[in-house]
Amino acid sequence: MKKYLGLALTLVTVVTAVAAPWLTPHDPLRADFVASLEPPGTPGHLLGTDQLGRDLLARVLHGARLALFIGVCTVLVTAVVGGLLGLVAGFIERWPSAVLMRLADVQLSFPFILLALTINAIVGLGLRNIILSLSAAGWVVYARVVRGEVLSVKQRDFVHAAAALGVGRGRLLFRHVLPNVAPSIIVVASLQFSQFIVAEAAISFLGFGIQPPTPAWGSMLSESRDFLFVAWWLAAFPGLALALTALGVNLLGDWLRDTLDPKLRV
Amino acid sequence: MRRYVLARLGQSALVVLLSLTAVFGMVRLGGDPVLLFLPMDIQAKDVDEFRERLGFNDPLLVQYGRFMAGALRGDFGESLRYRRDALGLVLERLPATLLLAGSAIALTLVVAVPLGVLTAVRRDTAVDHLGTVATVLGQAIPGFWLGLMLIYLFAVQLRWLPTGGMGTASHLVMPSVVLAAFFAARVARLTRSATLDVLNEEYIKTARAKGLGEGRVIGKHTLRNSAIPIVTLAGLEAGQLLGGAVITETIFAWPGLGRLTVQALLNRDFPLVMAAVSFTSIVYTLLNLAVDLTYGWLDPRVRIRA
Repeated sequence: MKKYLGLALTLVTVVTAVAAPWLTPHDPLRADFVASLEPPGTPGHLLGTDQLGRDLLARVLHGARLALFIGVCTVLVTAVVGGLLGLVAGFIERWPSAVLMRLADVQLSFPFILLALTINAIVGLGLRNIILSLSAAGWVVYARVVRGEVLSVKQRDFVHAAAALGVGRGRLLFRHVLPNVAPSIIVVASLQFSQFIVAEAAISFLGFGIQPPTPAWGSMLSESRDFLFVAWWLAAFPGLALALTALGVNLLGDWLRDTLDPKLRV
Repeated sequence: MRRYVLARLGQSALVVLLSLTAVFGMVRLGGDPVLLFLPMDIQAKDVDEFRERLGFNDPLLVQYGRFMAGALRGDFGESLRYRRDALGLVLERLPATLLLAGSAIALTLVVAVPLGVLTAVRRDTAVDHLGTVATVLGQAIPGFWLGLMLIYLFAVQLRWLPTGGMGTASHLVMPSVVLAAFFAARVARLTRSATLDVLNEEYIKTARAKGLGEGRVIGKHTLRNSAIPIVTLAGLEAGQLLGGAVITETIFAWPGLGRLTVQALLNRDFPLVMAAVSFTSIVYTLLNLAVDLTYGWLDPRVRIRA
């Protein structure tokens, strides 16, 4: 059940994101002042229009594109950076491990969203900077999980055997240890994914991150606040899209965790 | 126990020092803080005067030393916007945030813990499935969207509750529900799995076999044992409420620490940003320390391993 619902929701989001321009004839940025604030069900505008007469469906669909792009980029950056640091720290121990763990302590002394928000306010707005901010705040989870896993995997017999056969350190790390740590990285990535998407939306909602008129769900929700009394649909649909995406990815992540690594608790 | 307490205290002190360094580093990381934080339409002469007044012409190390020395005495300088002691402003907003976080925690304990126990005891029944759906939804629905929808329903349509602000008890309802939602969903799931773990233990079988009523088996034998992981994890998660408050307070115009932080960031009021972020980080670190110490006290294995 979890698996199928999660897969279905995620698939719908991915298809929407990829095919957004072909799913609607409307340009998400084109204003039409004659048709502003039309309610859902208006002919030609299935979900209605916003204060500038832009088609809401087109904006929600294009929002999926942006959300998934940011989610995927952030997960890739954090998985690679955090994963590599965790691998090295777990393998070499001594000072790399100590430095990494203190860094992790410092990062974990800030609530995630506050850290990402502050970094974003400082490095600046826009797509590249929001990915950067989320990555800077999120890599530490991978580093900790991977380090812990490496510490236990490297004690196993096949690693000792490979080392005894004279396998070099690099090869030992990437050919023998990494494949055994990979499932944890995948599970953490799937669980982090929705956190990143929701955090991006929250940061854009607060006025940082992605700015209007770019159709990001968070900035759309932020704009919708001024029209809450007259146009509920502007607040309802972008948020619904965000919630369903998060739900799908969460369910998929739960299922992956149960399947790949039942012990892991993130 | 004493060695464990001292070790954790030392570790926390180090984390606080490093976190303050990180706050300083973050604000300096964006380049020239004067250009970054000042409004666009300012004159070059004013920029220079401003830079001199705040000591940005000194070497970085001197500035760092001054920041750390000030921060440890609780002096983060003056807010650029309010022209008042930055930490004072932060402390002024603290009671509002504590009230909000406190009611969110109370709400969570009243709703989530019984729900978690109920779904564990009635495992695989309709109650369990409904509870699972509720907690999965609670974790997926973003707080700020839930907030907007509640405002639309209860403030715009039904006119039962005010849209925002602080004052009467009715102002507190929606913000605490929104802040509690995600937290409560996590705690309910946790309670369910912790209770299931305990229900599989031999001593529960014994308690049932000797003819104890179900109320006593659950109320006494199970809950007492599942309480440890629930309290620990709930304590660790409670810190995230400080992050959630940033968003919730902004939606509901709640005059707390979170909203102050967002406004300081928007106003580019960097002494206030530094004060608010540092303060939140220190509170968060102390909260984690308190949880760890409680855990060490509840479960001797923890302090021996450490």
